[in-house]
Amino acid sequence: MKRVIASVLGAVVIGLGAQGAAAAEGGPELPEYTWSFDGVFGQFDLPAAQRGLQVYREVCAGCHSLRFVAFRDLAALGYNEDQIKAFAAEATVVDGPDDEGEMFERDGRPADRFPSPFPNEKAAAAANNGSAPPDLSLMAKARPHGPNYLRALLTGYADPPEDVEVMEGQSYNPYFPGMRIAMAPPLFEEGVEYQDGTEATVDQMAADVTQFLMWAAEPKLQERKQMGLKVILFLLVLTGILYAVKRKVWADLH
Amino acid sequence: MSGGFQTNNPVLKWIEYRLPVFSFVDHAVGSQYPTPKNLSYWWNFGSLAGLALVILMATGIVLAMQYTAHVDYAFDSVERIMRDVNYGWLIRYIHMNGGSFFFIVVYIHVLRGMYYGSYKAPRELLWMLGVVILLLMMATAFMGYVLPWGQMSFWGAKVITNLFSAIPLVGEDIVIWLWGGFSVDNPTLNRFYALHYLMPFVLVGAIVFHIWALHQFGSSNPLGIETKGPQDTIPFHPYYTVKDLYGMGVFLIFFAAAVFFMPNAMGEAINYVEANPLVTPAHIVPEWYFLPYYAILRSVTFDIWFLSAKLIGVILMFGSILILFILPWLDRSPVRSSKFRPIHKQLFWVFVADCILLGWVGANPAEPPYLYIGQAGTVYYFAHFLIILPLLSVMERPRPLPNSISESVLKGGGTAMGATAKPMEKA
Repeated sequence: MKRVIASVLGAVVIGLGAQGAAAAEGGPELPEYTWSFDGVFGQFDLPAAQRGLQVYREVCAGCHSLRFVAFRDLAALGYNEDQIKAFAAEATVVDGPDDEGEMFERDGRPADRFPSPFPNEKAAAAANNGSAPPDLSLMAKARPHGPNYLRALLTGYADPPEDVEVMEGQSYNPYFPGMRIAMAPPLFEEGVEYQDGTEATVDQMAADVTQFLMWAAEPKLQERKQMGLKVILFLLVLTGILYAVKRKVWADLH
Repeated sequence: MSGGFQTNNPVLKWIEYRLPVFSFVDHAVGSQYPTPKNLSYWWNFGSLAGLALVILMATGIVLAMQYTAHVDYAFDSVERIMRDVNYGWLIRYIHMNGGSFFFIVVYIHVLRGMYYGSYKAPRELLWMLGVVILLLMMATAFMGYVLPWGQMSFWGAKVITNLFSAIPLVGEDIVIWLWGGFSVDNPTLNRFYALHYLMPFVLVGAIVFHIWALHQFGSSNPLGIETKGPQDTIPFHPYYTVKDLYGMGVFLIFFAAAVFFMPNAMGEAINYVEANPLVTPAHIVPEWYFLPYYAILRSVTFDIWFLSAKLIGVILMFGSILILFILPWLDRSPVRSSKFRPIHKQLFWVFVADCILLGWVGANPAEPPYLYIGQAGTVYYFAHFLIILPLLSVMERPRPLPNSISESVLKGGGTAMGATAKPMEKA
């Protein structure tokens, strides 16, 4: 009996493993980083996510949109209403049409989504050597082993080996599929001046922005895991009771 | 089966007299449904499949209230469900993982039927209705996977619908008809949504017939011999109702673990990228429960006479399920349960291993060495049904069957009786 369960689980594991292997094809193995949101009790590291927001705003946001995240969502990262209003007000949002039928620009409000750096994908591609920078809202879930991949990619830039030819406007990055990436190395030592005084090494910034992007991709992660613990606990008790009832009902047969 | 539904409650009596619904239930899953007393926990998976379907339909109806079936809004509407709809993430993850768990329990249910020969006379129609259910499930799951309109939704839909173009002469026209246009586009998404909502109800209809056929002769059992009288049976209620409830509790623990702690483990990461008809993903793979069939489809790389490789692949892929329809006539062994079939017992596990192997091949690119492994696996898959089972039917010497279920249960083993192997009675 256990063999069948083991087989089925084995099939799933093998299938997943194969997909993971296919993703890392040709490149080095992804490093296994430790994340605060891993595991059953995993939670977001809010100071890290706040630093990651700063990295996103000062570095990534120049090219990458974050179209599914609204300013009001930042409350989950520990910002208060005034801070969120201030964040939003720094953005310029196109609204309208007004009563005259004209589109107009205004300051952002908490209900607005993060504005995109380019008006459309064509404009984004035109400004970036022909390849549009992808939206980052779901990036931490949209790649196999997403958080590990993002952090490895952001810290993985290197000089190309002799046998790899890198074209003008491309960079060598062994973690990127095909190893040639159109994104220039985005992070440099002290590229960001952290408000909390943390030293802004490349790996620190990569880890922080990954933390932030994981939150952006899976904002209900903490709620989900906390509810999960309660649900599993409840089900364990319920199933235990059902088992006892089953034993009692069947007792007269055995 | 003597004595119907008894009650002193005047309201229930009034209803029962006009609409005998209580005695109906009592005969269906109650004290008036005699069930073999020796069913193992492998017989829990039918009720678990029913539970999975109910969970899927309940969450699906609620999701439909928030989902927008339009190529420009589908992906966004799913993200809105995940972020802004109250507990939308919970409902969506339950629905998403519910599909996988439905297949897990149904595959175990089917394999249990194969191990214990549940498909044999007189339960052939019961088995065939089960195959119909499996096919309906697959169609429903395939169309449901298209709805979030991610990259794998789109490209999966494109690859699978394109298979019909392999049909000679009319193939291309059929594909355009399926798409409702000249590519997978808004009309395709709309009709898949409509059908994804409809088909579970068709599924329920098929299940009604499945259970109807089940009640004609009752459940098979691990010994594979028919019940011979009241000493072999116990009433479904309370014995199996409580056992099924306990099984459901265990199932829900595993299910909750997936939903709350690894909701995306069985999905494809790339499906969190919105569908883009201009960018083909590096590896197009279906959901895990379709991987073995996908491996069979891609294992054919050569034309035979006027049949294109693609057409043969499609025929084999559909054939790998359709062959289950004639399983009761391929396996002619008079003994049902593998408990008494020493060779079948071993080869059953080889077959299971072959299916897992094919699944692994399906997750990998269609190139050597995977291609050759997939071809070998495909040959073995069909050989199991078309060569091994018919040969075993005549060549295998089954172990002696016990005289009755109650005798076997009391002696605490299936092989206690020394009677010679005898053909099982046809009920």
